[in-house]
Amino acid sequence: MEETTQAKQIYDKMVKEASPDSPIVLNCIKAFVSGGFICTIGQLLRNYIETFSLGEDTTSLIVCVILILASAILTGLGLYGKLGKYCGAGTIVPITGFANSVVSPAIEFKKEGFVFGMAAKMFLIAGPVIVYGTLTSIIVGLIYYFVG
Amino acid sequence: MDLVKAFLVGGAICVIGQILIDKTKLMSGRILVMFVCIGCILGGLGWYAPIEEFGGAGATVPLTGFGYNLAKGVMEEVDSVGFWGIFTGGMKAAAGGITAAVVFAFLTALVCNPKEK
Amino acid sequence: MKNKRIGAQTVKLSEPVVIAGVSSVVGPKEGEGPLGNLFDTVAKEALYGEDSWEKAESKFVTEALQLAVEKAGKTMEDIDYILCGDLLNQCTGTTFGIKDFKVPYFGLFGACSTMGESMSLGAMLLDGGFAENVLVGASSHFCAAEKQFRFPLALGTQRPPSATWTVTGDGSAVLSKKGKGPVITEITTGKIIDMGVTDTMNMGAAMAPAAVNVLTAHFKDTGRQPNYYDVIATGDLGYIGKQLVIELMAKEGYEMGENFTDCGIEIFDKQNQDTHSGGSGCACSAVTFASYFYKKLSEGEIGRMLFIPTGALMSPTTSQQGSTIPGIAHGVVIESRKE
Repeated sequence: MEETTQAKQIYDKMVKEASPDSPIVLNCIKAFVSGGFICTIGQLLRNYIETFSLGEDTTSLIVCVILILASAILTGLGLYGKLGKYCGAGTIVPITGFANSVVSPAIEFKKEGFVFGMAAKMFLIAGPVIVYGTLTSIIVGLIYYFVG
Repeated sequence: MDLVKAFLVGGAICVIGQILIDKTKLMSGRILVMFVCIGCILGGLGWYAPIEEFGGAGATVPLTGFGYNLAKGVMEEVDSVGFWGIFTGGMKAAAGGITAAVVFAFLTALVCNPKEK
Repeated sequence: MKNKRIGAQTVKLSEPVVIAGVSSVVGPKEGEGPLGNLFDTVAKEALYGEDSWEKAESKFVTEALQLAVEKAGKTMEDIDYILCGDLLNQCTGTTFGIKDFKVPYFGLFGACSTMGESMSLGAMLLDGGFAENVLVGASSHFCAAEKQFRFPLALGTQRPPSATWTVTGDGSAVLSKKGKGPVITEITTGKIIDMGVTDTMNMGAAMAPAAVNVLTAHFKDTGRQPNYYDVIATGDLGYIGKQLVIELMAKEGYEMGENFTDCGIEIFDKQNQDTHSGGSGCACSAVTFASYFYKKLSEGEIGRMLFIPTGALMSPTTSQQGSTIPGIAHGVVIESRKE
């Protein structure tokens, strides 16, 4: 095997041809149905909680908290990971996916202790979400303040 | 009717994520980051509000909604307290979700152990 | 000194080294696979009675090494050296598994090629006259590997079709100067080959060129053709890697025939076990050899075998830094010696 740039390019092409593509149409259908389903549950909750007239923000918060709790329980039981295999983005993109990404490392790294294991690794995957979400919100805030 | 709308909008947002995963081989963590940032930017531009108007929970449950919340929060805070609202608005709006995630993650991890697939 | 080198990468042992006993201890998923009834021990659960994946892996190591020694009709006192390795950071899976044996130890890291590496070096130690009995082996654990290299188990992610499934278990062998059993006759040691693959979900593609390096070097050094062997088995290339080896070998002018297979393909049932491209990990080639192939060699069903465990020499850090995945392979020629 020669490791020349040309040989690598040829090999890259061979690898692409030999590697099957993900069944994208099927995956998209699964993601659509499962993602849509989670959002529908969210809407159901919202409709129900709205009847208590707690105000829009509180209603949204309660929906969010309930979904996160549900995701945490399913993750703890090892079911969310199994769902994720079939649903793909349908269970990653909703807020339940965010919760799953916080809960799963917390469980996995528990054996390394409650401080440097569970707590430190809790935001292994979700940490960047908060970092970049915060940074983006700062930019939005700056532009809104100065430009309007 | 609002249930159907939530289903369609939420499903559509997830499909975009699925296409990104399959086509670009992005790991799920990157998808999460991307969606929050996109939601925040769209929120800042004022383009996400109509989506939420139409889709309801279909727009707020996906992580783009989380990003939209950050943008909405920071703009409202700028309106009410001025410049320094830039530093608090986003996090204030996200506080409930993050707190819930931390608390439930901690409690779940206390009770549950990792399971083989 | 008699020169044992017969080519650029191949050595011929002056006296064949006997594989006096083997053992395979695996997890439940492997037990449900096509080779399920050939393994010595199948653990009921992946934790194997321990409280962490890492400790479980060490227990697989302990159990398998003890069993191999027992099956070879020896005791730990007869063993002059242990040569083992695994995938965990700093090879701790092995360390904690063997620390109570009190046998001189060389820790090895060849990623998933470790079984080939340990057999090669063990055979050389014996042929060099430095030992009478050497214990070799390799282990991996799906859950521990996922935790270290990929994601928490409970995270909902999709595995692409090119992904492989890390085998849980340990495969070991006692190599001896004397005794009965299949023998190691020649060793072809691979070079690190890096063809620029960066996709950690397509390890077969990253390692295939390394397997080709060993194959071509072996055939060049010995003047043989692929059909000289009853079986040529690579370690954990899976379906995609195997296909790439066939294509690359065709370019080199060698036709890989029906006798060419891969341990990662043999160990799991692709349709029913959802393992995508096949099995992987140090234990993949180790337990497949120590069960399926060893049995066939002992019974004379296989006369001559070229065993080539393959490894990807990367770490999560190098992958995150965008480095490519260098591959390695270790070729071992094993003959039945049954009349």
